[in-house]
Amino acid sequence: MKTRYSYGGDEHIFVECDEEMSLEAFFKSLSMATAIKKAKIKGVTEICPANASMQVKFDPDIIKPSDMLKELKAIEKAAAKAKPIIKSRIIEIPVLYNDPWTHETLMRFRERHQDPKSIDIEYTARINNLDGVDGFIKAHSGAPWFVSMVGFVAGLPFLYQMVDRKRQIQSPKYLRPRTDTPKLTVGHGGCFGCIYSVRGAGGYQMFGITPVPIYDPNQKIKHLKDFMCLFRPGDIVKWKPIDREEYDATVAAVEKGKFKLKMKDVTFDLSEFKKDMDGYNAKLMGALNGR
Amino acid sequence: MAVNVIKPGLSTTVQDLGRPGYYNIGIPLSGGMDRLALKAANLLVGNKEGTAVLEAVFMGPELKFAEDATVAVTGAELPPRVDGEPRETWTSFKVKKGQTLSFDFLKKGARAYIAISGGIDVPVVLGSRSTYTLGALGGFKGRKLEAGDKLPVGKGRGAKEGRTIPEKLRRAPGAPAELRMLPGLYWHRITASAGKHFFEDTWKVAPEADRIGYRFRGGRPLEFVPREQPFGAGSDPSNIVDACYPYGSIQVPGGTEPIVLHRDAVSGGGYFMVGTVVSADMDLIGQLQPHTTARFVEVTMAQALKARKDQAKLYEKLKASL
Repeated sequence: MKTRYSYGGDEHIFVECDEEMSLEAFFKSLSMATAIKKAKIKGVTEICPANASMQVKFDPDIIKPSDMLKELKAIEKAAAKAKPIIKSRIIEIPVLYNDPWTHETLMRFRERHQDPKSIDIEYTARINNLDGVDGFIKAHSGAPWFVSMVGFVAGLPFLYQMVDRKRQIQSPKYLRPRTDTPKLTVGHGGCFGCIYSVRGAGGYQMFGITPVPIYDPNQKIKHLKDFMCLFRPGDIVKWKPIDREEYDATVAAVEKGKFKLKMKDVTFDLSEFKKDMDGYNAKLMGALNGR
Repeated sequence: MAVNVIKPGLSTTVQDLGRPGYYNIGIPLSGGMDRLALKAANLLVGNKEGTAVLEAVFMGPELKFAEDATVAVTGAELPPRVDGEPRETWTSFKVKKGQTLSFDFLKKGARAYIAISGGIDVPVVLGSRSTYTLGALGGFKGRKLEAGDKLPVGKGRGAKEGRTIPEKLRRAPGAPAELRMLPGLYWHRITASAGKHFFEDTWKVAPEADRIGYRFRGGRPLEFVPREQPFGAGSDPSNIVDACYPYGSIQVPGGTEPIVLHRDAVSGGGYFMVGTVVSADMDLIGQLQPHTTARFVEVTMAQALKARKDQAKLYEKLKASL
């Protein structure tokens, strides 16, 4: 891992912790972001951790860009000593795979896809040597995913599957981005999964849809009353495959204010996780299910 | 006090100086694309510089006033009329109770700022009244104006009419517009010759130009330095492991059409960026119409900071002129 700094115009400094994605790079980015927040440097207006990089926005009338750079480099040294442990939450998100709404959309943009004769979920299953749609759902929902970035649009989580690199699902982005994606689509691009928080443009493959809102600017939905976005970096997501009946029932429950999000506080320790990923995930699942 | 929307225009939104502090969860700054023009409009009517105004794109709205107010229109040359009588842009004028404010066709620029004494009094959401349409957040019900909307306006005495900003203090893009940019971020991904012709070529604003970003086309495609793509980035040479996008950053998906992100920027994504437009030139982008020409001009950090100082000085002169 080699850290690379670059100015983003006169108001940003961009810090690439690593060119490639790994949880180590994520933790470096997050610990730097945390340390910068703590340092309370005058003039800093935004601190944005990302998957394997981070960015600071500042007011150059208050702190010179070159001084800001010096501050960040000093913080990097201190942050490198931080232990990769994070207070986290494991959250269960139900998914209706192969749903009619993303299906309608992916058919509408078929000519922008690598394989117009197939559909996104079948295509991704094939290029990852998974046994069709069922094999894909098993792999996709079998192990939890780590929220390694929040952004693109309001509250959208980027998700990194907590398995060996060779077991990680990879799929290209559309050849040309779509101009439409249904709200709450479960998507995938590169090694990252995501949930589209709002309807709009998108380039990720579309596998399904969740009935659980993750962004509510009016803060009326029960689990979004405290803050309008559900996810924060370091959260852990476990997909739960559901059928159409359960999907409809969940949508109705959300509307009536009766849906209760299944969520538990946990601590994530990267070193422990790496010793035995499947065992560690099993323990996380135990915590989620109250065992 | 209220203003009734008779016709909404093409895309008229409530904007102030924005909503910093939430970019880390994908909620962008928002706020007027041409901040200098927004501040000028407020000062003309006697508001504080960051009061909420209307930003009208390409076409003006038609507004009926329920009370007397002072109004000013700055930014794009979108000539106002009060009950059909022409009024000057960049100059304060009175609109009386029951009168209608309408606009002629756009003559120059792209975005007009309509300040009303007292300011547009929509609720403050996360510290700002600005509209973030994509997230249905802030502004008037999180969306652009529609016919029949009743816009709340705050109390304010309003400055006198006839206050004006001298023409030489009204900043507007040239033809071609020169957008100064600091190379960086993933600049190393393109070859030296691509880096050279990126600055040599004249680009044209594409129809896909909005508050999120401005797309440009017409220049030569950029060639990439060959590499094995890093894990997680995706297979296209223009892909990176999804990262943060600075405001003003220039991404070039597929190496073909540069996109400059603006006030409603997507906060991150998987396309490489060649650099960032300097803060002093962001306002100019908001005034570019589709099909107009632009060039990217390479600057150093020292030049970027000088440009920022010059912009601040211009604003000081503008204030002093009133």
